[in-house]
Amino acid sequence: MKPAAFEYHRPATVAEALAVLAEVGHDGKVLAGGQSLVPLLNMRLAAPRHLVDVNWLAELDEVAVDHDAVRVGAIARHARVEHDPGAAEAVPLLRQAIEDIAHTTVRNRGTVVGSLVHADPAAELPAVLVLLGGSVELASAGNGPRRVAAADFFVGPLESALRPGELATAAVFPRPPAGSGGAWVELARRHGDYAVCGAGVLVRLDQGLRVASARAALISVGPVPVPVDLTDALGGQPHDAADWAAAGRLAAAAVDPDDDIHATAAYRRHLAGVLTARAARSAAAAAAAKLEASA
Amino acid sequence: MSEPLHETHLVVNGVPHTVAVPARRLLSDCLRHDLGLTGTHVGCEHGVCGACTVLVDGRPMRSCLLFAVGMDGAEITTVEGCRSAGGGLGPVQQAFQDCHGLQCGFCTPGFVTTITAYLGEHPDPTEEQARQAIGGNLCRCTGYQNIVASVLRAAEILREPEGSGEPQGGAPVSSP
Repeated sequence: MKPAAFEYHRPATVAEALAVLAEVGHDGKVLAGGQSLVPLLNMRLAAPRHLVDVNWLAELDEVAVDHDAVRVGAIARHARVEHDPGAAEAVPLLRQAIEDIAHTTVRNRGTVVGSLVHADPAAELPAVLVLLGGSVELASAGNGPRRVAAADFFVGPLESALRPGELATAAVFPRPPAGSGGAWVELARRHGDYAVCGAGVLVRLDQGLRVASARAALISVGPVPVPVDLTDALGGQPHDAADWAAAGRLAAAAVDPDDDIHATAAYRRHLAGVLTARAARSAAAAAAAKLEASA
Repeated sequence: MSEPLHETHLVVNGVPHTVAVPARRLLSDCLRHDLGLTGTHVGCEHGVCGACTVLVDGRPMRSCLLFAVGMDGAEITTVEGCRSAGGGLGPVQQAFQDCHGLQCGFCTPGFVTTITAYLGEHPDPTEEQARQAIGGNLCRCTGYQNIVASVLRAAEILREPEGSGEPQGGAPVSSP
């Protein structure tokens, strides 16, 4: 099918984009990579009257790595972040999760920030942002920019805290604390498909290579990414012999998936346990390898 | 009500074009209807099948998920641009012929563009990597085995020394 007609705006600056977005309000939609939006338009599941094309805003095309975080501008493509050595070194989870997003063809155009704003419950990056305690920067005309923590940003399926007239300008993925390792695992029916379930885990080890803290964020098992603290199951245990299954049980108990045509709720819950256990083990191994390399 | 048209400049397979398109014109439709380049095929039109894949500034993208107006100034390569310099079959197309990599041919343009870009960056893929490289393209005829073989064969053709002549028939690469 073809999209319904819309009015096309191509602002040359962020200020101009914000002015247009303020003017069109509820009738406007931001077009970044379009890899989720254009299918919705083609199928006429969405028919905004105004599209504001932000792909021309060079000021939003950045991947900046500093001491604290990886900051990704609104039109940085998945592929760019995926292949950025600095970003991969600072937050290895980012690359791991991005590699599971669709296919190269889609990652060449889709954007990291767009994926966050789209807030698909099956998407990887919202969970990564939640797991790392990151945030999204929002700008609007007439108001100062605001920064929304990941925990508050994802409101429901396909619903974020973005207000009409606002533009998400960047996302901030903090570096995990020293001694941490991360892992992303997911199961999809076919490579590149939406995950039936996915789990990211971040494990922090103490100097004796025992688990100091651990947490997970799961996708496709609830309306928004589900954070689970795994420290009760793993805390104080050796990095290579912790009770991974107990961590899995915590995750399985924390999620409340629905049945759908792809999987039953019971199968998704089962996967939440298995994938969390698997990711926790890899995350602990990654943390230990990093600590041993720096020792 | 007639929709406003946007003047858009595209360089397609090295040839500059100026088209006047409504904002909602998909790049896939612009190529096919406005420019008459019907080699780009439209399958699912929501980014799943990969048949409409073209190269935008050298990178493979779904042309059904791009608006032509947003491509202003871009260099586009379609399957028509994947032929050899002499006008014959390009290396990937030759490999598809060598390995019987197509049956009905509907999906083939998307495979040819995708594989052309992939081999530019990964000249010597393993079979596993070849399989992954085409993971975003659907084919309902072949069962993929001969397409995987075509990726490996195309890599082989591309590695042949320059001027070793027009591509020869060549036996298909063995497939499992």
